[in-house]
Amino acid sequence: MRAEDQDLPVDIMELQMGPSHPATHGTIKFNLQLEGEKILDCDVEVGFLHRGFDKSCEQATWTQVIPYTDRLNYASSLINNVGYALAVEKLIGAETPPRCQYIRVIISELARIFDHLTCCGMAASELGAITAGFYMIEARELITRIIENLTGARLTVTYVRIGGVKHDLPPDFAECVAQTLKTVRRLLDDCDRLLSRNRIFLDRMSNVGVISQEKALSYCLSGPLLRATGVEYDVRKTFPYLVYDQFDFEVPVGSRGDNYDRFLCRLREIEQSMKIVEQALAKLPVGPVWIDDPRFVLPEKEKVYGSIEGLMHHFKIIMEGIQVPAGETYFAVEGGNGELGFYIVSEGGGRPYRMRVRPPCFIAMGAFHEMVKGYMIADIIPTFGMVNMIGGECDR
Amino acid sequence: MPESSAQFSFIQDKLGAKVVDIRSAQGDDVLILNRAGLRDSFLVLKQEAQLDFDFLSDITAVDYWQKKEPRFEVVYQILSRKKRQRLRVRVPVPENDPAVESLTPLWRGANFLEREVWDLYGIRFTDHPDLRRILLYDEFQGFPLRKDYPVNLCQPRVPERKIEGTFVDERSANKLLRLKKTLGIKN
Repeated sequence: MRAEDQDLPVDIMELQMGPSHPATHGTIKFNLQLEGEKILDCDVEVGFLHRGFDKSCEQATWTQVIPYTDRLNYASSLINNVGYALAVEKLIGAETPPRCQYIRVIISELARIFDHLTCCGMAASELGAITAGFYMIEARELITRIIENLTGARLTVTYVRIGGVKHDLPPDFAECVAQTLKTVRRLLDDCDRLLSRNRIFLDRMSNVGVISQEKALSYCLSGPLLRATGVEYDVRKTFPYLVYDQFDFEVPVGSRGDNYDRFLCRLREIEQSMKIVEQALAKLPVGPVWIDDPRFVLPEKEKVYGSIEGLMHHFKIIMEGIQVPAGETYFAVEGGNGELGFYIVSEGGGRPYRMRVRPPCFIAMGAFHEMVKGYMIADIIPTFGMVNMIGGECDR
Repeated sequence: MPESSAQFSFIQDKLGAKVVDIRSAQGDDVLILNRAGLRDSFLVLKQEAQLDFDFLSDITAVDYWQKKEPRFEVVYQILSRKKRQRLRVRVPVPENDPAVESLTPLWRGANFLEREVWDLYGIRFTDHPDLRRILLYDEFQGFPLRKDYPVNLCQPRVPERKIEGTFVDERSANKLLRLKKTLGIKN
């Protein structure tokens, strides 16, 4: 090295990336300390989408909270619905009938496929693989159509109720799902061939955004981020809920903890989720989808319009809310991005006293600086893409 | 369950007087701890092979305003992946000195979670490396998740912050001036 090159002045440059950056899907700000293009430090600012989820829930009845949960992780709102309903049912001590539990498993897995497709498709298209991105969005669209056919909405579904689901599956549901999964498999196959051994994609993804296993555990990461480092922690396996213990599925794990492993984890999980959906549809029992308990279930419309008791019953549930006994509980489900927990405190009565969500994205953003430190500024894009930060859940 | 009662007495032995109460309620194991020496208590829970609660799941708080004394409770959800067990640790915190020890030396993920509790409840975490507001902005007055904070309270609009040492493009500044002149806008 020449002498004059050695003492070239190197200033640390501060750069603010975000809050509205075209390549980061989500409102978030990174305050970067750069040396050339190398990231020395990254301070993550979240909260741009904070709307007071906890405080709003304290004003709402137990049933009115369900639409709020849709808006947490809107890429997998069905899982949020299921998690919240299960937490309240745990507090009540109620168990839903088998058919309802199977339906909840099916919709959770469909939502998980939706979530992973969103994450992988967006991350691929941000790296220039628009074709693969569009294939995944097409697959996602097919899943959305099933969800729309089932719930009447595409994103904010509000399908699950405390003590059941809004209504039973439509008659052609199993057929629709079987056809859709066939197409999704074909599309994923194409994506796999387009991406998994693609030189450009590999160069941008592998050995980028690495986090070690110890650090991942220390940062409380969960979901694909943690599994990519080799830790086999999946709430569906470790703390089985619903009827997950009756299905045959694997938890894909990575080894290096980089973006490529995260991507592969998510792709494999889509396959496992499809497997679960098919098993659940094959075993789907017949029977009611609501618990048999008039304290939590709205009466049928004929009774509401035809008898004074029914009308009063309906009025009480709507106006006062269902009555949940005093107590506190924590219930976690495996969301698209990791452990999605609901901590609920009830003082008795129709409204929650305290509602808290353990947001996997928010916790992942707490470790983000660790994932990008030492890499180039362009590496933020794939790393952030594979974290799959959803503002609604991160900022609540 | 006999298993958990053996574990309960083990925790009681190890932590001694720091344990206020330990019980199973509504399907969850709940441990209520004194806030004195909190980090050491968590170190025992984390490192003792018989307990092995090595994963911090969540930190939050609850405000029992006019319902309970002491007013606040910081709530930790920890779990053992190997033993497939969860434990909820509740730490009562009085209103006149809302502070507990930070767990960031044990779990680095506690950083963001504790910042959130500080932001929304105003409970300080001693020895926290970077206790700033996180979801709200620095100029925000009060702590919104406290029960005595009204739901519909409006905060005044914050004037634009002056940031020192930022790069100003003079050409675009002049362009803006010209534009204002043509539109007849005075500063």
